[in-house]
Amino acid sequence: MKNQELIPHLFRTEYRKIVSVLCRHIGFEQIDIAEDIASDTFLTASETWGLKGVPQNPAAWLYHVAKNKAKNHLQRSSIFENKIVPELKKNYSDSSEKEIDLSPENIYDSQLQMMFAVCHPSVSAEAQIGLALRILCGFGIEEIADAFLSNKDTINKRLFRAKEKLKEEKIKIELPELQEIEERLKTVLTTIYLLFNEGYYSMSANKTLRKDLCVEAIRLCNMLVENEHTDKPQVNALLSLMCFHASRFEARQNDNGEHILYEDQDKNLWNTELINKGEYFFTRATTGNKISKYHLEAAIAYWHTQKTETKEKWENILQLYNRLLQMEYSPIAALNRTFALSKANGKEEAIREAEKLNMTDNHFYFTLLGELYTGIDNNKAKLNFQNALTLAKTGSDKSAIRKKIDNL
Amino acid sequence: MNEFVLLFRMDIKTKEAQPSPEQMQVYMKKWQDWIGGIAAQNKLAEGGNHLSSDGKVVKSNNIVTDGPYAEIKESIAGYIIIKVKNYEEAVKIAKDCPILQGEGNSVEVRKIDSLDTND
Repeated sequence: MKNQELIPHLFRTEYRKIVSVLCRHIGFEQIDIAEDIASDTFLTASETWGLKGVPQNPAAWLYHVAKNKAKNHLQRSSIFENKIVPELKKNYSDSSEKEIDLSPENIYDSQLQMMFAVCHPSVSAEAQIGLALRILCGFGIEEIADAFLSNKDTINKRLFRAKEKLKEEKIKIELPELQEIEERLKTVLTTIYLLFNEGYYSMSANKTLRKDLCVEAIRLCNMLVENEHTDKPQVNALLSLMCFHASRFEARQNDNGEHILYEDQDKNLWNTELINKGEYFFTRATTGNKISKYHLEAAIAYWHTQKTETKEKWENILQLYNRLLQMEYSPIAALNRTFALSKANGKEEAIREAEKLNMTDNHFYFTLLGELYTGIDNNKAKLNFQNALTLAKTGSDKSAIRKKIDNL
Repeated sequence: MNEFVLLFRMDIKTKEAQPSPEQMQVYMKKWQDWIGGIAAQNKLAEGGNHLSSDGKVVKSNNIVTDGPYAEIKESIAGYIIIKVKNYEEAVKIAKDCPILQGEGNSVEVRKIDSLDTND
Protein backbone atom coordinates (compact mmCIF):
# COMPACT_ATOMS: atom_id res chain seq x y z
CA MET A 1 0.00 0.00 0.00
CA LYS A 2 1.33 3.44 -0.88
CA ASN A 3 1.86 6.07 1.77
CA GLN A 4 -1.06 8.25 0.70
CA GLU A 5 -3.39 5.24 0.93
CA LEU A 6 -1.81 3.70 4.00
CA ILE A 7 -2.38 6.61 6.35
CA PRO A 8 -6.12 7.05 5.63
CA HIS A 9 -6.48 3.28 5.93
CA LEU A 10 -4.70 3.23 9.29
CA PHE A 11 -6.68 6.25 10.38
CA ARG A 12 -9.86 4.28 9.79
CA THR A 13 -8.68 1.21 11.71
CA GLU A 14 -6.41 2.65 14.43
CA TYR A 15 -7.82 6.09 15.29
CA ARG A 16 -10.80 4.56 17.08
CA LYS A 17 -8.61 2.18 19.05
CA ILE A 18 -6.29 4.93 20.26
CA VAL A 19 -9.21 7.21 21.20
CA SER A 20 -11.05 4.42 23.01
CA VAL A 21 -8.04 3.30 25.01
CA LEU A 22 -6.94 6.83 25.94
CA CYS A 23 -10.45 7.82 26.80
CA ARG A 24 -10.88 4.83 29.04
CA HIS A 25 -7.59 5.77 30.68
CA ILE A 26 -8.20 9.47 31.27
CA GLY A 27 -12.01 9.52 31.42
CA PHE A 28 -14.77 10.48 29.00
CA GLU A 29 -14.73 14.13 30.12
CA GLN A 30 -11.35 14.38 28.39
CA ILE A 31 -12.48 12.83 25.13
CA ASP A 32 -11.42 15.95 23.20
CA ILE A 33 -7.86 15.52 24.47
CA ALA A 34 -7.92 11.84 23.52
CA GLU A 35 -9.09 12.80 20.03
CA ASP A 36 -6.44 15.52 19.76
CA ILE A 37 -3.68 13.13 20.77
CA ALA A 38 -4.89 10.54 18.25
CA SER A 39 -5.12 13.11 15.42
CA ASP A 40 -1.74 14.52 16.37
CA THR A 41 -0.25 11.03 16.24
CA PHE A 42 -1.37 10.66 12.64
CA LEU A 43 0.04 14.08 11.80
CA THR A 44 3.42 13.03 13.20
CA ALA A 45 3.16 9.77 11.26
CA SER A 46 2.60 11.47 7.92
CA GLU A 47 5.52 13.87 8.53
CA THR A 48 7.96 11.23 9.77
CA TRP A 49 7.02 8.47 7.35
CA GLY A 50 7.29 10.90 4.45
CA LEU A 51 10.93 11.55 5.39
CA LYS A 52 12.11 8.25 6.84
CA GLY A 53 9.81 5.77 5.19
CA VAL A 54 7.10 3.60 6.69
CA PRO A 55 8.14 1.61 9.79
CA GLN A 56 7.98 -2.19 9.87
CA ASN A 57 4.90 -2.33 12.00
CA PRO A 58 2.96 0.91 11.39
CA ALA A 59 0.20 0.19 13.93
CA ALA A 60 2.70 -0.51 16.72
CA TRP A 61 4.54 2.68 15.78
CA LEU A 62 1.30 4.64 16.10
CA TYR A 63 0.52 3.11 19.51
CA HIS A 64 4.00 3.91 20.74
CA VAL A 65 3.84 7.54 19.62
CA ALA A 66 0.29 7.97 20.94
CA LYS A 67 1.35 6.57 24.29
CA ASN A 68 4.30 9.00 24.52
CA LYS A 69 2.17 11.95 23.51
CA ALA A 70 -0.39 10.98 26.13
CA LYS A 71 2.28 10.64 28.80
CA ASN A 72 3.77 14.03 27.88
CA HIS A 73 0.38 15.57 28.00
CA LEU A 74 -0.41 14.10 31.39
CA GLN A 75 2.90 15.28 32.84
CA ARG A 76 2.74 18.73 31.29
CA SER A 77 -0.75 19.67 32.13
CA SER A 78 -0.77 21.59 35.39
CA ILE A 79 -4.51 21.73 35.30
CA PHE A 80 -4.40 18.00 35.18
CA GLU A 81 -2.11 17.81 38.19
CA ASN A 82 -4.05 20.22 40.31
CA LYS A 83 -7.63 19.74 39.35
CA ILE A 84 -8.19 16.51 37.57
CA VAL A 85 -5.86 14.16 39.35
CA PRO A 86 -7.75 14.41 42.66
CA GLU A 87 -10.96 13.73 40.72
CA LEU A 88 -9.39 10.88 38.79
CA LYS A 89 -8.09 9.36 41.96
CA LYS A 90 -11.61 9.29 43.23
CA ASN A 91 -13.16 7.83 40.09
CA TYR A 92 -10.49 5.74 38.52
CA SER A 93 -8.29 4.29 41.22
CA ASP A 94 -4.84 5.70 40.42
CA SER A 95 -5.15 5.29 36.68
CA SER A 96 -2.73 8.19 36.21
CA GLU A 97 0.11 6.05 37.46
CA LYS A 98 -0.91 3.02 35.46
CA GLU A 99 0.69 2.34 32.11
CA ILE A 100 -1.47 3.12 29.12
CA ASP A 101 -2.40 -0.37 28.03
CA LEU A 102 -2.49 -0.91 24.28
CA SER A 103 -2.73 -4.69 24.36
CA PRO A 104 -5.23 -6.29 21.96
CA GLU A 105 -7.46 -7.26 24.92
CA ASN A 106 -7.59 -3.76 26.29
CA ILE A 107 -8.17 -2.30 22.82
CA TYR A 108 -11.12 -4.67 22.36
CA ASP A 109 -12.56 -3.97 25.84
CA SER A 110 -12.14 -0.21 25.47
CA GLN A 111 -13.94 -0.18 22.13
CA LEU A 112 -16.78 -2.31 23.43
CA GLN A 113 -17.19 -0.04 26.46
CA MET A 114 -16.94 3.03 24.27
CA MET A 115 -19.82 1.60 22.22
CA PHE A 116 -22.04 1.67 25.29
CA ALA A 117 -20.86 5.18 26.21
CA VAL A 118 -21.56 6.58 22.74
CA CYS A 119 -24.94 4.83 22.50
CA HIS A 120 -26.14 6.29 25.78
CA PRO A 121 -29.91 6.90 25.83
CA SER A 122 -29.37 10.56 26.80
CA VAL A 123 -28.14 11.38 23.27
CA SER A 124 -30.42 11.50 20.22
CA ALA A 125 -30.23 8.61 17.76
CA GLU A 126 -28.91 10.88 15.02
CA ALA A 127 -26.09 12.19 17.21
CA GLN A 128 -25.28 8.65 18.35
CA ILE A 129 -24.75 7.54 14.76
CA GLY A 130 -22.55 10.57 14.13
CA LEU A 131 -20.49 9.89 17.24
CA ALA A 132 -20.30 6.20 16.42
CA LEU A 133 -19.00 6.99 12.95
CA ARG A 134 -16.38 9.36 14.33
CA ILE A 135 -15.24 7.64 17.51
CA LEU A 136 -16.04 3.96 16.90
CA CYS A 137 -15.43 3.81 13.16
CA GLY A 138 -12.82 6.53 12.57
CA PHE A 139 -14.71 8.31 9.78
CA GLY A 140 -13.67 11.82 8.82
CA ILE A 141 -16.06 14.72 9.38
CA GLU A 142 -16.37 15.15 5.62
CA GLU A 143 -17.33 11.52 5.13
CA ILE A 144 -19.94 11.75 7.88
CA ALA A 145 -21.36 14.89 6.26
CA ASP A 146 -21.48 13.05 2.94
CA ALA A 147 -23.24 10.05 4.47
CA PHE A 148 -25.91 12.27 6.05
CA LEU A 149 -26.15 14.52 2.95
CA SER A 150 -25.21 17.38 5.26
CA ASN A 151 -22.25 19.76 5.66
CA LYS A 152 -19.17 19.74 7.89
CA ASP A 153 -20.40 22.61 10.07
CA THR A 154 -23.65 20.90 10.97
CA ILE A 155 -21.89 17.62 11.72
CA ASN A 156 -19.24 19.32 13.87
CA LYS A 157 -21.92 21.10 15.88
CA ARG A 158 -23.92 17.90 16.28
CA LEU A 159 -20.89 15.95 17.51
CA PHE A 160 -19.88 18.77 19.86
CA ARG A 161 -23.33 18.89 21.46
CA ALA A 162 -23.46 15.12 21.81
CA LYS A 163 -20.07 15.03 23.53
CA GLU A 164 -21.06 17.86 25.87
CA LYS A 165 -24.19 15.94 26.75
CA LEU A 166 -22.22 12.80 27.55
CA LYS A 167 -19.80 14.81 29.69
CA GLU A 168 -22.71 16.39 31.55
CA GLU A 169 -24.16 12.96 32.20
CA LYS A 170 -20.74 11.93 33.55
CA ILE A 171 -20.67 8.87 31.33
CA LYS A 172 -18.11 6.30 32.32
CA ILE A 173 -16.31 4.07 29.85
CA GLU A 174 -17.47 0.74 31.17
CA LEU A 175 -19.88 -2.06 30.44
CA PRO A 176 -23.27 -1.54 32.09
CA GLU A 177 -24.17 -3.69 35.09
CA LEU A 178 -25.27 -7.18 34.03
CA GLN A 179 -28.91 -6.54 34.89
CA GLU A 180 -28.86 -3.33 32.84
CA ILE A 181 -27.22 -4.80 29.75
CA GLU A 182 -30.46 -5.97 28.11
CA GLU A 183 -31.96 -2.48 28.34
CA ARG A 184 -28.81 -0.59 27.29
CA LEU A 185 -28.24 -3.01 24.40
CA LYS A 186 -31.45 -1.73 22.82
CA THR A 187 -29.98 1.66 21.97
CA VAL A 188 -26.67 0.11 20.93
CA LEU A 189 -28.47 -2.22 18.53
CA THR A 190 -30.65 0.61 17.21
CA THR A 191 -27.55 2.67 16.45
CA ILE A 192 -25.87 -0.24 14.66
CA TYR A 193 -29.08 -0.95 12.74
CA LEU A 194 -29.44 2.69 11.67
CA LEU A 195 -25.76 2.86 10.77
CA PHE A 196 -26.24 -0.14 8.51
CA ASN A 197 -29.39 1.31 6.94
CA GLU A 198 -27.60 4.61 6.43
CA GLY A 199 -25.18 2.69 4.24
CA TYR A 200 -27.64 0.31 2.65
CA TYR A 201 -30.41 2.75 1.75
CA SER A 202 -28.46 6.04 1.72
CA MET A 203 -29.08 8.48 -1.09
CA SER A 204 -25.41 9.36 -1.14
CA ALA A 205 -23.90 8.50 -4.53
CA ASN A 206 -20.60 7.45 -2.96
CA LYS A 207 -20.81 3.67 -3.22
CA THR A 208 -17.52 2.94 -1.44
CA LEU A 209 -18.56 5.07 1.51
CA ARG A 210 -21.94 3.37 1.69
CA LYS A 211 -20.35 -0.04 1.66
CA ASP A 212 -17.92 1.05 4.41
CA LEU A 213 -20.87 2.06 6.59
CA CYS A 214 -22.36 -1.43 6.22
CA VAL A 215 -19.03 -3.12 6.92
CA GLU A 216 -18.53 -0.99 10.05
CA ALA A 217 -22.02 -1.80 11.35
CA ILE A 218 -21.29 -5.51 10.90
CA ARG A 219 -17.91 -5.13 12.64
CA LEU A 220 -19.44 -3.40 15.67
CA CYS A 221 -22.15 -6.03 15.98
CA ASN A 222 -19.51 -8.74 15.67
CA MET A 223 -17.70 -7.24 18.67
CA LEU A 224 -20.88 -7.59 20.72
CA VAL A 225 -21.25 -11.23 19.73
CA GLU A 226 -17.67 -11.93 20.80
CA ASN A 227 -18.30 -10.81 24.38
CA GLU A 228 -20.08 -13.33 26.60
CA HIS A 229 -22.20 -10.64 28.31
CA THR A 230 -23.48 -9.07 25.11
CA ASP A 231 -23.77 -12.25 23.03
CA LYS A 232 -27.59 -12.25 23.14
CA PRO A 233 -30.11 -13.74 20.69
CA GLN A 234 -31.25 -10.32 19.43
CA VAL A 235 -27.60 -9.31 18.78
CA ASN A 236 -27.07 -12.44 16.70
CA ALA A 237 -30.35 -11.78 14.88
CA LEU A 238 -29.23 -8.28 13.94
CA LEU A 239 -25.85 -9.56 12.78
CA SER A 240 -27.53 -12.28 10.74
CA LEU A 241 -29.89 -9.77 9.14
CA MET A 242 -27.02 -7.50 8.13
CA CYS A 243 -25.02 -10.40 6.65
CA PHE A 244 -28.02 -11.52 4.58
CA HIS A 245 -28.63 -7.99 3.28
CA ALA A 246 -24.98 -7.26 2.63
CA SER A 247 -24.76 -10.45 0.55
CA ARG A 248 -26.67 -8.60 -2.19
CA PHE A 249 -24.61 -5.41 -2.03
CA GLU A 250 -22.84 -5.96 -5.35
CA ALA A 251 -25.97 -7.16 -7.13
CA ARG A 252 -28.31 -4.34 -6.20
CA GLN A 253 -26.61 -1.48 -8.00
CA ASN A 254 -25.37 -1.17 -11.55
CA ASP A 255 -22.25 0.72 -12.61
CA ASN A 256 -24.20 3.98 -12.93
CA GLY A 257 -25.28 3.73 -9.30
CA GLU A 258 -28.84 2.85 -10.32
CA HIS A 259 -30.76 0.59 -7.97
CA ILE A 260 -31.50 -2.84 -9.41
CA LEU A 261 -34.76 -4.38 -8.26
CA TYR A 262 -34.53 -7.66 -6.40
CA GLU A 263 -36.19 -9.56 -9.25
CA ASP A 264 -33.78 -8.24 -11.84
CA GLN A 265 -30.59 -8.91 -9.86
CA ASP A 266 -27.86 -11.22 -11.17
CA LYS A 267 -28.08 -13.90 -8.50
CA ASN A 268 -24.51 -15.03 -9.27
CA LEU A 269 -23.33 -11.78 -7.71
CA TRP A 270 -24.88 -12.68 -4.36
CA ASN A 271 -22.13 -13.32 -1.84
CA THR A 272 -22.37 -16.93 -0.66
CA GLU A 273 -19.90 -16.44 2.17
CA LEU A 274 -22.05 -13.71 3.72
CA ILE A 275 -25.19 -15.80 3.23
CA ASN A 276 -23.53 -18.67 5.12
CA LYS A 277 -22.47 -16.30 7.88
CA GLY A 278 -26.02 -15.00 8.08
CA GLU A 279 -27.31 -18.55 8.51
CA TYR A 280 -24.73 -19.26 11.19
CA PHE A 281 -25.70 -16.23 13.29
CA PHE A 282 -29.40 -16.86 12.66
CA THR A 283 -29.06 -20.30 14.22
CA ARG A 284 -27.31 -18.69 17.19
CA ALA A 285 -30.16 -16.16 17.42
CA THR A 286 -32.78 -18.86 17.99
CA THR A 287 -31.61 -19.85 21.47
CA GLY A 288 -33.83 -17.58 23.55
CA ASN A 289 -37.58 -17.44 23.92
CA LYS A 290 -38.11 -13.82 22.90
CA ILE A 291 -38.63 -12.75 19.32
CA SER A 292 -37.27 -9.31 18.48
CA LYS A 293 -37.94 -7.33 15.34
CA TYR A 294 -34.41 -8.27 14.29
CA HIS A 295 -35.43 -11.94 14.34
CA LEU A 296 -38.35 -11.23 12.03
CA GLU A 297 -36.26 -9.07 9.72
CA ALA A 298 -33.48 -11.67 9.65
CA ALA A 299 -36.00 -14.36 8.72
CA ILE A 300 -37.35 -12.11 5.93
CA ALA A 301 -33.80 -11.50 4.73
CA TYR A 302 -33.12 -15.24 4.89
CA TRP A 303 -36.01 -16.00 2.54
CA HIS A 304 -34.69 -13.36 0.15
CA THR A 305 -31.43 -15.28 -0.12
CA GLN A 306 -33.36 -18.26 -1.54
CA LYS A 307 -32.84 -18.17 -5.28
CA THR A 308 -35.82 -20.30 -6.26
CA GLU A 309 -39.15 -18.52 -6.51
CA THR A 310 -41.66 -20.68 -4.69
CA LYS A 311 -45.11 -20.03 -3.28
CA GLU A 312 -43.73 -21.03 0.12
CA LYS A 313 -41.03 -18.37 -0.07
CA TRP A 314 -43.43 -15.47 -0.59
CA GLU A 315 -46.06 -16.82 1.77
CA ASN A 316 -43.41 -16.93 4.50
CA ILE A 317 -42.17 -13.44 3.68
CA LEU A 318 -45.74 -12.11 3.76
CA GLN A 319 -46.50 -13.67 7.16
CA LEU A 320 -43.22 -12.36 8.59
CA TYR A 321 -44.05 -8.85 7.38
CA ASN A 322 -47.54 -9.20 8.87
CA ARG A 323 -45.97 -9.93 12.24
CA LEU A 324 -43.25 -7.32 11.91
CA LEU A 325 -45.80 -4.58 11.19
CA GLN A 326 -47.84 -5.60 14.21
CA MET A 327 -44.71 -5.24 16.31
CA GLU A 328 -43.56 -1.94 14.79
CA TYR A 329 -44.88 0.10 11.88
CA SER A 330 -42.56 1.49 9.24
CA PRO A 331 -43.46 2.79 5.75
CA ILE A 332 -40.81 0.64 4.07
CA ALA A 333 -42.13 -2.52 5.77
CA ALA A 334 -45.67 -1.58 4.70
CA LEU A 335 -44.59 -1.27 1.06
CA ASN A 336 -42.53 -4.47 1.14
CA ARG A 337 -45.43 -6.32 2.75
CA THR A 338 -47.68 -5.23 -0.10
CA PHE A 339 -45.15 -6.49 -2.64
CA ALA A 340 -45.02 -9.86 -0.85
CA LEU A 341 -48.83 -9.88 -0.83
CA SER A 342 -48.88 -9.57 -4.62
CA LYS A 343 -46.55 -12.56 -4.88
CA ALA A 344 -48.48 -14.68 -2.38
CA ASN A 345 -52.10 -13.66 -2.94
CA GLY A 346 -52.07 -12.09 -6.40
CA LYS A 347 -51.82 -8.60 -7.88
CA GLU A 348 -55.53 -7.67 -7.65
CA GLU A 349 -55.60 -8.06 -3.87
CA ALA A 350 -52.25 -6.28 -3.56
CA ILE A 351 -53.56 -3.30 -5.58
CA ARG A 352 -56.57 -2.97 -3.27
CA GLU A 353 -54.31 -3.10 -0.22
CA ALA A 354 -51.71 -0.79 -1.74
CA GLU A 355 -54.30 1.90 -2.44
CA LYS A 356 -55.33 1.86 1.21
CA LEU A 357 -51.78 2.85 2.17
CA ASN A 358 -52.20 6.21 0.47
CA MET A 359 -48.55 7.29 0.87
CA THR A 360 -48.86 10.00 -1.74
CA ASP A 361 -45.58 11.73 -0.92
CA ASN A 362 -43.47 8.60 -1.38
CA HIS A 363 -42.04 7.72 -4.79
CA PHE A 364 -41.55 4.08 -3.78
CA TYR A 365 -45.31 3.92 -3.19
CA PHE A 366 -46.09 5.02 -6.74
CA THR A 367 -43.35 2.79 -8.16
CA LEU A 368 -44.93 -0.18 -6.37
CA LEU A 369 -48.41 0.72 -7.71
CA GLY A 370 -46.89 1.08 -11.19
CA GLU A 371 -45.37 -2.39 -10.89
CA LEU A 372 -48.63 -3.90 -9.64
CA TYR A 373 -50.68 -2.35 -12.46
CA THR A 374 -48.18 -3.39 -15.12
CA GLY A 375 -49.83 -6.06 -17.24
CA ILE A 376 -53.21 -5.43 -15.63
CA ASP A 377 -53.88 -1.84 -16.62
CA ASN A 378 -50.87 -0.30 -18.35
CA ASN A 379 -52.43 3.17 -18.49
CA LYS A 380 -52.77 3.22 -14.73
CA ALA A 381 -49.27 1.78 -14.45
CA LYS A 382 -47.95 4.68 -16.52
CA LEU A 383 -49.80 7.29 -14.45
CA ASN A 384 -48.32 5.85 -11.27
CA PHE A 385 -44.80 5.70 -12.67
CA GLN A 386 -45.16 9.34 -13.76
CA ASN A 387 -46.19 10.29 -10.22
CA ALA A 388 -43.16 8.42 -8.95
CA LEU A 389 -40.96 10.30 -11.40
CA THR A 390 -42.02 13.73 -10.12
CA LEU A 391 -41.35 12.65 -6.50
CA ALA A 392 -38.03 10.85 -7.04
CA LYS A 393 -35.06 12.84 -5.79
CA THR A 394 -31.92 11.23 -7.21
CA GLY A 395 -30.93 10.97 -10.85
CA SER A 396 -30.47 7.21 -10.61
CA ASP A 397 -33.99 6.72 -9.21
CA LYS A 398 -35.42 8.90 -11.97
CA SER A 399 -33.68 7.02 -14.76
CA ALA A 400 -34.75 3.66 -13.31
CA ILE A 401 -38.38 4.83 -13.32
CA ARG A 402 -38.08 6.20 -16.88
CA LYS A 403 -36.91 2.75 -18.00
CA LYS A 404 -40.05 1.22 -16.52
CA ILE A 405 -42.25 3.65 -18.43
CA ASP A 406 -40.38 2.83 -21.64
CA ASN A 407 -40.84 -0.90 -21.03
CA LEU A 408 -44.63 -0.64 -20.74
CA MET B 1 -57.23 10.02 15.69
CA ASN B 2 -59.44 7.96 17.97
CA GLU B 3 -59.09 4.48 19.31
CA PHE B 4 -61.75 1.88 18.69
CA VAL B 5 -62.05 -1.61 20.10
CA LEU B 6 -63.15 -4.31 17.71
CA LEU B 7 -64.75 -7.14 19.69
CA PHE B 8 -65.03 -10.43 17.87
CA ARG B 9 -68.07 -12.51 18.66
CA MET B 10 -68.39 -16.07 17.50
CA ASP B 11 -69.50 -19.49 18.61
CA ILE B 12 -66.51 -20.90 20.42
CA LYS B 13 -68.47 -23.51 22.39
CA THR B 14 -70.48 -25.75 20.07
CA LYS B 15 -68.27 -28.66 19.06
CA GLU B 16 -69.53 -28.94 15.50
CA ALA B 17 -68.86 -25.26 14.86
CA GLN B 18 -65.13 -25.55 15.59
CA PRO B 19 -62.71 -25.63 12.64
CA SER B 20 -60.55 -28.62 11.75
CA PRO B 21 -56.77 -28.13 11.93
CA GLU B 22 -56.70 -27.68 8.13
CA GLN B 23 -59.46 -25.07 8.25
CA MET B 24 -57.70 -23.44 11.16
CA GLN B 25 -54.61 -22.93 9.03
CA VAL B 26 -56.65 -21.23 6.32
CA TYR B 27 -58.37 -19.04 8.92
CA MET B 28 -55.06 -18.07 10.51
CA LYS B 29 -53.65 -16.93 7.19
CA LYS B 30 -56.75 -14.86 6.44
CA TRP B 31 -56.63 -13.44 9.93
CA GLN B 32 -52.92 -12.53 9.74
CA ASP B 33 -53.33 -11.01 6.28
CA TRP B 34 -56.22 -8.89 7.58
CA ILE B 35 -54.36 -7.68 10.69
CA GLY B 36 -51.18 -7.17 8.64
CA GLY B 37 -53.19 -4.95 6.28
CA ILE B 38 -54.42 -2.80 9.18
CA ALA B 39 -50.89 -2.56 10.59
CA ALA B 40 -49.52 -1.64 7.14
CA GLN B 41 -51.83 1.39 7.18
CA ASN B 42 -50.41 2.25 10.60
CA LYS B 43 -53.91 1.95 12.06
CA LEU B 44 -53.29 -0.85 14.56
CA ALA B 45 -53.06 0.60 18.08
CA GLU B 46 -52.78 -2.70 19.87
CA GLY B 47 -52.61 -6.23 18.51
CA GLY B 48 -55.12 -7.32 21.19
CA ASN B 49 -55.65 -10.85 22.35
CA HIS B 50 -57.49 -14.04 21.77
CA LEU B 51 -59.53 -15.07 24.80
CA SER B 52 -59.64 -18.68 25.92
CA SER B 53 -62.91 -20.50 25.41
CA ASP B 54 -63.44 -21.33 29.07
CA GLY B 55 -64.13 -18.81 31.78
CA LYS B 56 -66.22 -17.78 34.73
CA VAL B 57 -68.99 -15.27 35.12
CA VAL B 58 -69.30 -13.47 38.41
CA LYS B 59 -72.70 -11.96 39.16
CA SER B 60 -74.14 -9.99 42.06
CA ASN B 61 -74.87 -11.89 45.26
CA ASN B 62 -71.63 -13.81 44.88
CA ILE B 63 -72.96 -16.05 42.14
CA VAL B 64 -70.16 -17.58 40.09
CA THR B 65 -70.95 -19.69 37.05
CA ASP B 66 -69.05 -21.34 34.22
CA GLY B 67 -70.42 -19.77 31.01
CA PRO B 68 -72.54 -19.17 29.09
CA TYR B 69 -71.40 -15.63 29.04
CA ALA B 70 -74.27 -14.29 27.00
CA GLU B 71 -77.86 -15.00 26.12
CA ILE B 72 -76.76 -15.82 22.58
CA LYS B 73 -74.37 -18.63 21.68
CA GLU B 74 -71.69 -16.26 20.35
CA SER B 75 -69.10 -15.28 22.94
CA ILE B 76 -66.30 -12.78 22.77
CA ALA B 77 -63.36 -14.59 21.18
CA GLY B 78 -60.90 -11.74 21.20
CA TYR B 79 -60.30 -8.08 20.48
CA ILE B 80 -57.96 -5.63 18.81
CA ILE B 81 -57.66 -1.86 19.12
CA ILE B 82 -57.37 0.31 16.04
CA LYS B 83 -56.64 4.02 15.64
CA VAL B 84 -58.74 5.72 12.99
CA LYS B 85 -60.57 9.02 12.48
CA ASN B 86 -64.18 7.97 13.04
CA TYR B 87 -66.78 5.22 13.20
CA GLU B 88 -67.10 5.19 9.43
CA GLU B 89 -63.44 4.29 8.99
CA ALA B 90 -63.54 1.79 11.86
CA VAL B 91 -66.58 0.03 10.37
CA LYS B 92 -64.90 -0.12 6.97
CA ILE B 93 -61.99 -1.99 8.49
CA ALA B 94 -64.30 -4.25 10.52
CA LYS B 95 -66.25 -5.23 7.39
CA ASP B 96 -63.16 -7.00 6.01
CA CYS B 97 -62.70 -9.10 9.14
CA PRO B 98 -62.44 -12.74 8.06
CA ILE B 99 -64.60 -14.07 10.90
CA LEU B 100 -67.60 -12.45 9.16
CA GLN B 101 -67.39 -15.20 6.55
CA GLY B 102 -68.91 -17.46 9.22
CA GLU B 103 -72.62 -17.26 9.80
CA GLY B 104 -73.75 -15.78 13.11
CA ASN B 105 -70.38 -14.20 13.82
CA SER B 106 -70.12 -10.47 14.38
CA VAL B 107 -67.66 -7.66 15.06
CA GLU B 108 -68.70 -5.06 17.58
CA VAL B 109 -67.08 -1.65 17.06
CA ARG B 110 -66.79 0.54 20.14
CA LYS B 111 -65.02 3.86 20.48
CA ILE B 112 -62.74 4.18 23.49
CA ASP B 113 -63.76 7.25 25.46
CA SER B 114 -60.80 9.08 26.74
CA LEU B 115 -60.63 12.55 28.24
CA ASP B 116 -57.65 13.66 26.20
CA THR B 117 -58.63 12.58 22.68
CA ASN B 118 -58.97 15.31 20.12
CA ASP B 119 -60.85 14.70 16.94
